Order: sequence, then C-alpha cells, then structure tokens
Amino acid sequence: MDWKQLWEIISAPDNVPIVALIPLLAFYLYLAWRQASANDQLIAQLEGDAALAKTHHRKAWPFQPGWQKEIHVWPFLLRMEFLAAIIVTIILMVWSITLNAPLEEPANPNLTMNPAKAPWYFLGLQEMLVYFDPWIAGVVMPTLIIFGLMIIPYIDTNPLGGGYYTWKQRKFAIGTFLFGFIVLWVSMIFIGTFIRGPGWQWFWPGQTWDHNRLIYEVNRDLPDIFGITSNLAKGIFGAIVVGGYYAVAGLIVHSLFWRYNPKNYQRMSLLQYSLMMFFFITMLGLPIKIAIRLLFHIKYVWITPWFNI
Amino acid sequence: MPEEKNSNGGNGKPVGLLSRSLSAIKAAASSLKKDLPSKAKQQVDIISKPTKTQVYTSIFRHKHDDTPRNRALGVLSNVFLHLHPAKINRDAVRYSYTWGMGGITFYLFIVLTFTGVLLMFYYHPSKVQAFRDVLYLEHDVPFGKLLRNMHRWAAHLMVIAVELHMFRVFLTGSYKKPREFNWNVGVILLVLTLLLSFTGYLLPDDQLGFWAVTVGTNMARATPLLGHEGPFGAQLGMTPYNDVRFGLLGGSIVDANALLRSYIWHCIGIPIIAAVFMIVHFWRVRKDGGISGPAAVVLESEVKEAPR
Repeated sequence: MDWKQLWEIISAPDNVPIVALIPLLAFYLYLAWRQASANDQLIAQLEGDAALAKTHHRKAWPFQPGWQKEIHVWPFLLRMEFLAAIIVTIILMVWSITLNAPLEEPANPNLTMNPAKAPWYFLGLQEMLVYFDPWIAGVVMPTLIIFGLMIIPYIDTNPLGGGYYTWKQRKFAIGTFLFGFIVLWVSMIFIGTFIRGPGWQWFWPGQTWDHNRLIYEVNRDLPDIFGITSNLAKGIFGAIVVGGYYAVAGLIVHSLFWRYNPKNYQRMSLLQYSLMMFFFITMLGLPIKIAIRLLFHIKYVWITPWFNI
Repeated sequence: MPEEKNSNGGNGKPVGLLSRSLSAIKAAASSLKKDLPSKAKQQVDIISKPTKTQVYTSIFRHKHDDTPRNRALGVLSNVFLHLHPAKINRDAVRYSYTWGMGGITFYLFIVLTFTGVLLMFYYHPSKVQAFRDVLYLEHDVPFGKLLRNMHRWAAHLMVIAVELHMFRVFLTGSYKKPREFNWNVGVILLVLTLLLSFTGYLLPDDQLGFWAVTVGTNMARATPLLGHEGPFGAQLGMTPYNDVRFGLLGGSIVDANALLRSYIWHCIGIPIIAAVFMIVHFWRVRKDGGISGPAAVVLESEVKEAPR
C-alpha cells in the first residue's frame, strides 16, 4: 500500500473538486432520499384514506390551520440567499488561502505529460477513449448526452412527481437518471481521476504509479474470435451483432417496461417510446462494452473500413 | 421742478455706480438677515427627516416601515430583486428542497466575472507573456495569488453546483410541464459552464493546460464528417489544415492562435452567450410559475388519463 502515492493523487489541487463532489453527492442523495421516503409514506397513506386526502395539505412537512401558505420574499427568502452567498464566499476564501491553484512548467509540446489528463469533469469522456474510438467517445457520446438530457421532459409522460421528491411514483425515471449520472458519469470520472496512471493504465488506489510498467495485453476483435477474416464479412458480422444487441436489449427492455410501467407505456407516443428506447439501450451499451473490454479483452465489435465500434 | 426719477442724476446730485451698488447690497443683506433664521429652521426640519428629502425620494420609491405592502414593494421595485415574486410558497425557503444550487451557481458566476476582470488587468494572451504573467501574478501582484486561486476554485465549484442543480431539478421532477423548455435552457447552460471552464484551462499556458487542451481538442480530429481522422472525414476532403479542429485552434497545433482564441472565447464570447441564456433561464423560471415546489403530492388515483 503506497500511502504517499494515494495522498499525491487525492491532494492534487485539481483533484480536490472530485474528492469534494463525492461526499457532497452522498449528502444530497441522502437528503433527497429522506424527503422522497417521507412523501412516499404520505402518498401511501392518502391513497388509502380518501377522506383524509380531501382535507390534507399534501406535504410531509407540518402545517397548522391559520398558518399562511405563502410568505414574503423580503425578508424570508432574501436572508437565505444572503446567507448562502456569505457561506459560499467564506468557503471560497478559506479554500483559496489554503490551497494554491496548480501551475506546472511552461507549456512544452516536446515533453508529453504522462498521464496527460483533461480537467476532472471531462475525465469520464477520456476514460471512454479506452473503450471506444475518439469519434464516439469524444464527439458522438457528448452529443448524445446533451440530446438525451434535452429530450427528457418530452419523453417523460408521467404526470406524477412534479415539484416534490418521490421514488415510488417515478422509479424508472429516477433509476435511469441515477444510473446515468452516478454509475456512468461520476464513477467514470472517479476512475479517470484516481485509477488511471501513466500510460492510462489501471492502478488500484494505493498502488505505486510505475512509469515503466508494461502490460502484455492482447486485445482481440470480436470477429477474430469467430475466425472471420474478410473485411466484408467482418462488416456484416459487426452490423448483425450491434443490430442484434439493439433488437434483443430492446425486446427485454420493452417487455419489462410494458409489464412494470404499463401506464407510462400507454401514455407514450411511438416517437416518444422509440426515442426513450434508443437512448436507454445506447446507455446500457456503455457498461456492456466496458465489461467485454475489461473482462474479455475485446476491442472492436464492428469493423468497417471507415469506422470501428 | 419735480425730482427726476433718473439714475443719471438730477438736481445736481450724481448717483454713482458705487452708491447704487452699496444700497443694493444693503437691501440684500437686510433681507438675508430677515430670512436666514427661518430658512435655517426650515433646513433643519428637512434634514431631521432625511427620508422626506428629494434626494432620498428620488432614489427610494416607497416607504420602508414594516408593512406587508412595503415588504412586497421592497422586492418588486428593486431592479436587482425584481426577479423574485413578492411572496412564495412557505416551504420553498427550506434548504432541503432546492439545496440553493441554482442561486449558488449564479453567485459563483458573479464571483468569477469579478475575479476574472481583475485577472485580465494582469494577463496578455500571447505565448511570450502568458506564463510570465501568471508568475508575476503569483509572486508580485498584491493578493494576486489569492485572486487566481479564487478564480480557479470558484470555477470548479461552479461545475459542481451546476451538476447538483441539475440533479435536484431531476429528482423533484421540476422539468415537467410547463418547464420543459427551461430544462433545455439549463442543459445548454451546463454545456456552456463546462466550456467556460475548459477554455480557461489553457490560459496559464503551462503543461497542465497545454496537454489537457491537446487531449481535448484531439478528439475534434475524429469528428464524423468534419474531422480529418473521423469517419468519412477524409472522403469529404478534410485535412489537418481545414477541419473542425483547425477552426477551434486557429492552427493545426495548440499554439499562439489557440491561446488567443481560447482567451477570447473564455473572456468575451461564452460569457456573453451564457449571460443571454441566463436571462432567459431566470425569466422563464418566473413565467413558468416560479420554482416548482415543494408542491402538494399528487395521487395516482387522481390522474385523469387523456382519452386516446
């Protein structure tokens, strides 16, 4: 266990944000979960008691008759905003006094940094470079992430759960978002920050970064395993595998969605449903590609003269 | 002979300029002597009630004694506060609902603008000067190190705050009708925040920034159709000297032009675009009915399905 190495990575000034993000995320996840479970309890109670549902103020927080439902922004909100600004300023001041912004040697195109890392918030995408060609990891994936985020309000037809925390009313939506944000985005950043060392090789936390380490890994392509040699056959084979993945995963996801989420399925139009399916299955494809690369050393699935996936 | 009312003199009595002036001054002095005490008293009366003065009333448009009306006006008649409604949902001020992340993001943007403008006074976006300017800033400029640190950490904090803000908005379902469009504006602002941070990364012109930007922009080589290493790029005539990466960097390598371009995007281009989107974002928050909650829970049995 190389504590010094571990400390070097954790205390690198530009890694501090991701070190800070993880406990922050845990805290806010807890905060959201606590409110969601309180609301879910209330919802269950009201669903079972129609008379109470008519008179209840419908929030998990206490409310006495005679209390005002609305309060003045001045001073009740403004003092919160003022307080928040002061606290953020203090945090920023303390952080800036205690920790210096990094400054390396002057830029030198002839001396490559090893590892050369992007800023922490892009390390998830950089980690994707291991599993995908740059045009997918660097261009297609960010585009899909942005578009995928943008269409969320238009494909989520669930009328429940607007303006309050809940889990039981929106299991699929929240589960999907947690998977995309925490499992894919944040944990890929975590791997890119803490696990990847020189040569972008895998170093467990506490393992010494050995700049001379060599790994004899033989990466194969999926067609090679099946003994396919001609380019045309490889192209056709890959298309069948990728198309087959979308078809099989689509069928599985469809049967689950149709069974466990029938109301949302009913509400969705064909376009909404197919967009949701496409983005969901593409997102599921990421950990699958990662797994076959890390476990079976398979580099490409689909090989064509123009692009490889 | 009647006395002539003639200042040119009459009856052998010359009326000179001096005597005329003296008599005028005497008259003025006596009137002043008469008026001054009352004027002074009046002035003291006015000053003793400063909120009644013209200067005050021209600045502050309403009274400030603690009445509900004045509390509302304090927000509504103030240009900086008027984005707020006069009253809000009593539970909306609970920290646990909003986490305050949207507001903190905006506050950090202000901090970054402020520290950024100060940094611009000491920085030349040229290969010869840039790195030395940062050294100068760190070692010679009073509070220069603090300034640079604050800019750096506020930028990282802003990325965290934006991500947490999006997280909260998702978890509370706040993107649902009628806020679909504003969620989209928010996604664009998230991207602009990342781009702002990324363009700033190169500016110290050190190894860290240089290689981060090299790694980042190398991906642009592989853009499908528009990059010379991307799928179908070569077939469309893309070379290192005319593809999308060349456009981003102003050259085929990260050099002086890339430094200048990222400086201008960082300090002028993206902040203006982001400011425009922020205006729309905040405006839409109000127009879409203020913040989304905490709203009353809706029961599944109450949902009326639209006939299909």
